[in-house]
Amino acid sequence: MRDKLIYGAGIFAALYFVRNLYVILLQLPDEAMQGAVYRIFFFHLPPYFTAVACFLGAAIASGLYLKTKNWKYDVFAVSATEVGLALAAINLVTGMIWGRQQWGIWWTWDARLTSALITWLIYLGYLMLREGIKDPSERAKNSAVLSIFAFFAVYFTYKANEWYRTQHPGPVLTIRTGKNTIDPAMQAMLFHNLGAFLLLAVVLVAVRMNLENSQRAVESLRRRAHAIA
Amino acid sequence: MTYFNQVFAIAGKDLRSELRTKEALNASLSFAVVILLLFSFVVDPDSEMLEQMSGGLLWMVFAFSGVLILNRGFARELPNDCLDALIASPIPGSALFFGKAIANFALIAIIEAICFPVFGILYNLTWTAQLPVLVAVSALATWAMATLGTMFGALTVNMQLRELMLPMLIYPMLIPALMSAMQLTTLLVAGQAIDSEHIVWLRVLIAFDIIFTSLAAVLVETVLVG
Amino acid sequence: MTALQAHDLWKYYGDFAALQKVGFEFAAGSCVALLGRNGAGKTTLLRILAGLSQASEGEVRILDGNPRQASVRSRIGIIGHGIGIYDDLSAEENLLTFARLYAVPNPAKAVDHWLERTDLARVRRGKAREFSRGMRQRLAIARAFIHSPNFLILDEPFTSLDDRAIALLQGLLKDALHQGATVVLSTHQLKEALELATHVLLLNRGKLAFSGVRTAEMLANPGWVYQHYGEAA
Repeated sequence: MRDKLIYGAGIFAALYFVRNLYVILLQLPDEAMQGAVYRIFFFHLPPYFTAVACFLGAAIASGLYLKTKNWKYDVFAVSATEVGLALAAINLVTGMIWGRQQWGIWWTWDARLTSALITWLIYLGYLMLREGIKDPSERAKNSAVLSIFAFFAVYFTYKANEWYRTQHPGPVLTIRTGKNTIDPAMQAMLFHNLGAFLLLAVVLVAVRMNLENSQRAVESLRRRAHAIA
Repeated sequence: MTYFNQVFAIAGKDLRSELRTKEALNASLSFAVVILLLFSFVVDPDSEMLEQMSGGLLWMVFAFSGVLILNRGFARELPNDCLDALIASPIPGSALFFGKAIANFALIAIIEAICFPVFGILYNLTWTAQLPVLVAVSALATWAMATLGTMFGALTVNMQLRELMLPMLIYPMLIPALMSAMQLTTLLVAGQAIDSEHIVWLRVLIAFDIIFTSLAAVLVETVLVG
Repeated sequence: MTALQAHDLWKYYGDFAALQKVGFEFAAGSCVALLGRNGAGKTTLLRILAGLSQASEGEVRILDGNPRQASVRSRIGIIGHGIGIYDDLSAEENLLTFARLYAVPNPAKAVDHWLERTDLARVRRGKAREFSRGMRQRLAIARAFIHSPNFLILDEPFTSLDDRAIALLQGLLKDALHQGATVVLSTHQLKEALELATHVLLLNRGKLAFSGVRTAEMLANPGWVYQHYGEAA
């Protein structure tokens, strides 16, 4: 039943993306200053928000694991972090492509890009830590602690970089700026694609969790086999 | 006060041990001086650019050479299962953390105390105009390094690739503190006081220290008890 | 008074159950010999008792408290597989460090006393790394006893001890037991352990296979417990 739900959600997410792509490519007008390329923005900002949501979820699950020692929190934490890392990578790559088009450079050390890269490295460290600890309980415990540290660090990094460099476009969403700096149709599409990405993230995390659970089952069977042999 | 007695028993033991062998200290110091030397090929020592980069250079040196010291932190407890003996003793996890962080802090401070004059000599700069504030800023940033380094040292103590993992974990998270230290140090080495434009960096450093020290003190026991 | 109590202890490493539903109870003054093949779970159990590890399920009470409580840990002395002494410090410095960690009332005096007792007073300033193996073992024993513990957890303490150290340890354990301390020790050296033991526990693949009083028959035939309750060879 659960698998059916996941498949269903996956198909729905795919269709949602198709619909969004249609609107993005064919219906929305070109942006005033940037021309056509701005459309990549819809695949740049939503992944970022979704990634942050994943990392926050992972940090909370990590805290819950430390409190209850229930494995499912650890499984969720690693799955959410991996999906978040993939989405953060999409954010970085689309940002680079956009930057290349807009400013002629592949990379610039501005606040947002820098903190996005640092965030990505911090969570890469989380995965490397997990890779390096073999015992499941110790792996879960130590990576849970790291996940909590990581989330605080990400917040700090974001704030500090904001003060340090600013070349990146400022906030455009009405909720941040309080007034109309963006075409309502574009803003609506932004939220639509955000919804699509969030749904995609849920599906991917669920699939990854299944994978993780199967992997643990295999590991424990292997351990049992060795114990008998 | 038993707690402080225990903290300083740990700090004292670590310092005594390190100062006796000087393994990590020598490696760290040599590395620091070599980087300082290498940097003279990157930037023309007579140029104005150097004044703008002084903070960045110095804190890169301290961050890289500091990790050599931080790597030893919990690793020195591994021979003879001393870590078990410590965890089984009544010392609270936070006291063990503070003891080791203080020892790491002191050792990195020794490196810094030697590197600043060497830097001044090699690059012909006076750096003592704002000495008290410079010392305070360095202390805050060094404590940030010691806190993260000790905490992640505990996290990675049983790993095979500990010496690779520790820098990998520390550096990205340390960046806000390093940035602040670099900004402030450049200012102070040039002889200027911290003005309202730059006070934000001091705030970042202090907030960083408070938040991560608290997190570490609370979580270290969870990490150490299997 | 019940000095040691374990109730339905389980310890998992991932899915592998290193300890399964282990439970026992011992009064103060008992000396428990913990037997079992390698991999049976002896070290896992001792680490939980010592507060180095937490049980996945179940409860342990030592001296009527949780092993992780500081007040309980300050009454426990341990000797694990590793000797737990710092090679770069002198004998004196090693003992002083641990005396301070255990909040011993007069650390310097306690250090002097135990250096005498373990016959290390001559070499008190020597670095531990320069000691012979027997001397290191005696220093480890001094470290374990320096805070006058009344609960002792020893993981294969007689393994590779020289005869002088064995005699020293046996003497100290006898004295401690005489004063009402409780001792749990795991061992493959059945003879030395069974001489001291009042009770015997046998672990078999994580399960408790035998728990009972040490009898004269066991002393005469040290392999008795394995023969009757151990797994089939």
